[in-house]
Amino acid sequence: MDVVTLSRLQFAITSMFHFLFVPLTLGLSILVAFMETRYVRTGNVLYLRMAKFWGKLFLINFALGVVTGITLEFQFGMNWAEYSRYVGDIFGAPLAIEATLAFFLESVFIGVWLFGWNKVSKTFHAVSIWIVAIATNLSALWILLANGWMQHPVGYVIRNGRAEMVDFMAVATNPYGLIKFSHQIVSGYVVAAFFVLGISAWHLLRKSQPDFFRSSFRMGAVFGLVSIVLVLATGDQHAVEVAKTQPTKFAAMEAVWETSKGAGINIIVIPDAQNERNIVEKVFIPKLLSYMAFHTPEGEVKGLRDFPRQDRPPVAPVFFSFRAMVGMGFLMVILALCAVIASFRGTIERNRLLLRFLLYAIPIPYIANQLGWIVAEMGRQPWIVYGVLRTSDAVSTSLSTVQVAGSLAGFTLLYGFLGAVDIFLLVMYARKGPDDDAGGILKPAGREV
Amino acid sequence: MGLQIIWFVLWGVLWAVYFMLDGFVLGAGMLQRFIGRNDDERRVVINTVGPVWDGNEVWLITAGGATFAAFPTTYALMFSYLYTALLLLLFALIVRGVSFEFRGKLESSRWKGAWDAAILVSSFLPALLFGVAFGNIFSGLPMDRGGYHGSFISLLSPFGLLTGLLFVLLFLEHGALYLAAKTVGDLHGRAKRVAQRVWPALLLVAASFLVAAYPATRLSENYFRVPLLLAVPLAAVAALLAIRVCLARDRILPAFAASCATIVLVVATGVTGLFPNLIPSSLDPASSLTIYNSSSSHYTLRIMTVVAAVFLPIVIAYKIWVYRLFRGKVTVEDVMGDEQSY
Ligand code: HDD
Ligand code: HEM
Ligand code: HEM
Repeated sequence: MDVVTLSRLQFAITSMFHFLFVPLTLGLSILVAFMETRYVRTGNVLYLRMAKFWGKLFLINFALGVVTGITLEFQFGMNWAEYSRYVGDIFGAPLAIEATLAFFLESVFIGVWLFGWNKVSKTFHAVSIWIVAIATNLSALWILLANGWMQHPVGYVIRNGRAEMVDFMAVATNPYGLIKFSHQIVSGYVVAAFFVLGISAWHLLRKSQPDFFRSSFRMGAVFGLVSIVLVLATGDQHAVEVAKTQPTKFAAMEAVWETSKGAGINIIVIPDAQNERNIVEKVFIPKLLSYMAFHTPEGEVKGLRDFPRQDRPPVAPVFFSFRAMVGMGFLMVILALCAVIASFRGTIERNRLLLRFLLYAIPIPYIANQLGWIVAEMGRQPWIVYGVLRTSDAVSTSLSTVQVAGSLAGFTLLYGFLGAVDIFLLVMYARKGPDDDAGGILKPAGREV
Repeated sequence: MGLQIIWFVLWGVLWAVYFMLDGFVLGAGMLQRFIGRNDDERRVVINTVGPVWDGNEVWLITAGGATFAAFPTTYALMFSYLYTALLLLLFALIVRGVSFEFRGKLESSRWKGAWDAAILVSSFLPALLFGVAFGNIFSGLPMDRGGYHGSFISLLSPFGLLTGLLFVLLFLEHGALYLAAKTVGDLHGRAKRVAQRVWPALLLVAASFLVAAYPATRLSENYFRVPLLLAVPLAAVAALLAIRVCLARDRILPAFAASCATIVLVVATGVTGLFPNLIPSSLDPASSLTIYNSSSSHYTLRIMTVVAAVFLPIVIAYKIWVYRLFRGKVTVEDVMGDEQSY
C-alpha cells in the first residue's frame, strides 16, 4: 500500500474512533444538565442521583473523546501536509476558533463540574454542566463548518498557488456546514437517548432501583423521540443539499447510473460499478428520488455515467451505508415511539420484549453515525476538497510507507486497547447502578447560597 | 506586515503559556509515583491537577490550531517533518489523559500500579520530546527546496537532547513546586525536597544550554543586532535564581511563580532569537520558514486577530477564576470524601 492509502486508512480509523465518543458527549451532556436542573428546581434528590450516575458514565466517555481529538488536530499537518498548505488559509481558521471558543470552555467547566460539588453553589454547579453542554455543541459547529467547506468550498479564490479566503461570513454560514451541524448534533442526541434507554431497560428488567430507572427511561424516551424525528427532518434537507452541490455523491448514494427527470427509487438494489448498472432493482416507487433530491417530483437527477470514471466515488460502500443509515433511522422512530407510549402509560416494566429490544438497540445509533460519515467522506472521493483538490494530491510528500504503516499499526493497537478498557468500565459502572447510600450522595450536594 | 508580527508574538505566547501550565502537570506526573508513597497520597497528587489538566492541554490544541490558521505552511511542514516524534508525543498525551480518568475506577492495586507506571512514562516522554523538538527548531531542520533530509534519529543530536533534558528538569522543578504548594504534611515535605535537589541540576543544564546555543544555533544573531533584547535571557536567569532564593526562605508560592516566569522566559529567549523565522533551515537559509513566507493571507490574519482579541481575554478571565476557585491545599480527606474525584 502507498502513503495515500495508508494515510486514508489512518484518518478513517482515528476519526471514526473519535466519533465513537463524540455523539454520546453531545447528547449526554444535555441530558445530565436537564437532570441537574430539575434537581435544582425541585430539590428532589432523585434527580441529583440521576445526574451523578449518568454523569459518571459521561465522564468515562468524555475522557476518550478528549484524548482522541488531539490526534485529529495534528493529523492534518502530519499526514496531509499538501492539503494543509493548500487550504490552510481557510481551513485553519475554524479549527483555531473551535479551540478558542469551545474547547477552553468545555475543558475548564468540566473541571468545575467534576471537582466543584463543594466549591460552587447548587445553581452554579448546574450552570457549569450547561456550559459544558453548550460548548461541546459549539465545537461541533466549528468543526462541521470546516468539514462543510471541504464538501462545498465557498468564500475563496485560488491565488498564490493555494486557496485563499475572501469571505469569512460565507465560510461561517455555509449552508452545507450548517445542515451538517443540525443533522449531526441531533444524531448525537439519539445516541445518548438510546444509551440511557438501553441501560435503564437493563435495570428495569432486573427490577433494580425501579424509580430511578423509570424516571431516567422517560427522559431518554422523550429526548430520543424528539431527536430522531429531527434527524430524519434534517437528513431529508441534507440530501437536498448534497444533490445540489455534489451530484456524484448523490448518484452514488442512490446508485443512479442514468440521468433522468422524475426519477423513482427502487427499494432493493445491488449496484455493479464495474458494468455501470444495478444487478438487482426491485420494489419501484415512482418520482420519489426526484422529490428527495429537489423537493419537486420532476427534478432531473444526474446519473454516474455522466461523469468520467476518475471523478466517481466508490459506489457500493456509499450506497449501502446510506441505505442502512436511513433504515436504522426509521427503525429508531418506531422504537422511540414505543418507548414514549409505554413510559407514559406506565406499562414499561411489564413490556419485557420492548425492554430487551431497547437494550440491544444501544449500538444502532452508533452504527448509523459511523455509516453517515462513511457516506459523507467516501462519497466525496476522489476529492478531498470537492472539485478543488484531489485526495491523492493532498498527502504529505515527506513520509515513507514504513512510517505511516508504523503509525497506523500503533494507532490500531492503542485504540483497540483503549476501546476495550472503555467498554469494560462503562459496562461495569452501568451495571453497578447508582449508589443508593443517601449519605454519601447527599453530602457533596453543593453549597447552599 | 504588522499582523504577521502580532501572530508571531501570539504563537510564542501560546507555546509559553502551554509549557507553563502543562509543565507542572507533566512534572507532577513524573513525580507522582515517587512522592506518593501509598495509594491515598498518589491520589492526592492526581487530584491536585485534576480540575485543570484538560484546560491546560487545550493551550497545546490552540497553539496547534493557531499555527494552522496563521502559518499554514509551517504547520504543514513542521508536523509532517517531525512525524515520528509527534506520533510518540500524541501516544503519550493520549495515555496520560486516560490514566488520570481510569486509574481510580477499579479497586485493585495491580490496576492502579499499571496506570501509575503509565502516568510516569506518559509525563516524561512529552517533556523530553517537546524539548528535543524545540532544540531542533532552534538549531534548524535539515531542509531545502528538495524537502526534508532528516529522520527521527537525526533529531536526537547533542543539542536536541540537551534541550530535552532542560525541559525535563524545568518541568520537574515546576511540578515539585506546584505539589509543594498544593499539599500538606509528608507530601509537602517530599515535594519541597525534590525541588531543592533538582534546582542545582537545572541551573547546570540551563547554563550549558546557553553556552551550547551559541555554536549550535543562530539564535544569538538577533541579540547581537539589538543588545537590548538581552534583557529576556537575563530575566530568565534572574527568575531561575529567584526560585532558589524563595525556596531557601520557604516561600513556596513565590517560588512557584518564579518557576512559571522561568519557563515563559526560557521560551521567550528562544523565540526572540528565532524571529522572523519559525523554522530555520540548517542547510540553506533561503529555505527557512519565516513569518513572511509561510503566513496566511492578510484577510485571514485579520479575521483571526479579531477572534483572538475578543476571545482570549475572556478565556484568560475564566481560567483565572477557576484557578482561584480551586486554590488551597488538597488533602487526603478531601479526596476520600469526594466520590467523584480521580
Ligand atoms: C460533531 C462533532 C465533532 C466532530 C465531527 C469532531 N469533533 Fe472533536 N470533539 C467534539 C466534537 C467533534 C466534542 C463533542 O466537543 C469532543 C468529543 C468528546 C469531548 O470530550 O469533546 C471533541 C474533542 C476534541 C478535542 C479535545 C478537546 C479537549 O481537549 O477538550 C480535539 C482536539 C478535537 N476534538 C479535534 C477534532 C478534530 C481535529 C476533528 C476533525 C477531524 C474533530 N475533532 C471531529
Ligand atoms: C468524526 C467524524 C468523522 C468520521 C467518522 C470521518 C470518517 C472518515 C472516513 C471513513 C474517511 C476515509 C474516506 C476514504 O478514504 O474513502 C475520512 C477521510 C478524511 N476525512 Fe473524515 N470523518 C470525520 C470527520 C472529519 C472532519 C470533521 C474532517 C475535517 C474537518 C474530516 C476530514 C477528512 C480528511 C482530511 C480525510 C482524509 C482524506 C480522505 O480520504 O478523504 N473528517 N474520514
Ligand atoms: C431518513 C433518514 C436519514 C436521512 C435522509 C439522512 C441523510 C443524510 C445525508 C444525505 C448525509 C450525507 C451528508 C454528506 O454527504 O455530507 C448524512 C450524513 C450523516 N448522517 Fe444521516 N440521514 C438519515 C438518518 C440518520 C440517522 C438515523 C443517523 C444517526 C443517528 C444519521 C447520522 C448521520 C451522520 C453522523 C452523518 C455524517 C455527518 C454529516 O454529513 O452530517 N443519519 N445523512
